[in-house]
Amino acid sequence: MTKSGLIEKVAQKVEGLTVKQTEMIIDTVFDSMRESLAKGEKIEIRGFGNFRLRERKPRKARNPKTGESVEVPRKVALHFKMGKALKEALNIDVEDTEE
Amino acid sequence: MTKADLVEIIFEKVGLSKKEAQNIVETIFDTIKESFVEGESVKLSGFGTFNVRQKRSRRGRNPKTGAELEITPRKVLTFRASNQLKEMIEKNGAKSLGER
Repeated sequence: MTKSGLIEKVAQKVEGLTVKQTEMIIDTVFDSMRESLAKGEKIEIRGFGNFRLRERKPRKARNPKTGESVEVPRKVALHFKMGKALKEALNIDVEDTEE
Repeated sequence: MTKADLVEIIFEKVGLSKKEAQNIVETIFDTIKESFVEGESVKLSGFGTFNVRQKRSRRGRNPKTGAELEITPRKVLTFRASNQLKEMIEKNGAKSLGER
């Protein structure tokens, strides 16, 4: 599913909402989430999942070809963890062996 | 940021009641979830891509007791941020991360 598919489905489900309005709302939702993450914030969507930034510390690595030592700079990676409800919805038929 | 913040933003930006804004935000995430349950990936241009992946059964260990057990096959979700989002995070998010 792409964004246009999502817009269509949401517009169908919510009474009184046009496709144009839905598009604007969906764009606003993901733009806001993007801005929040860009500020370094964590996003928690109950039942769906959490987005947070994780630091990857600078480290020394080696160029496998030349054996030369290189400095890998600090990086920030975005991490998504699905929520419990979503995990369960994806695995209704699976008995949980974790935890 | 939580779902309530998103509802507030929609409420302020669009001429909808809080209840309506809440209903729409819930519907958006529910619809995405339905797609995952069907095993379908969701691609949101400018934001990122969610992929549903099937994991096979494997042997694992309970890290507490050391007991060996079989991890059942399951579905997991991976998220890849779009280049646009990655750039935004590199520019700003990286700086503020240490300050939280």
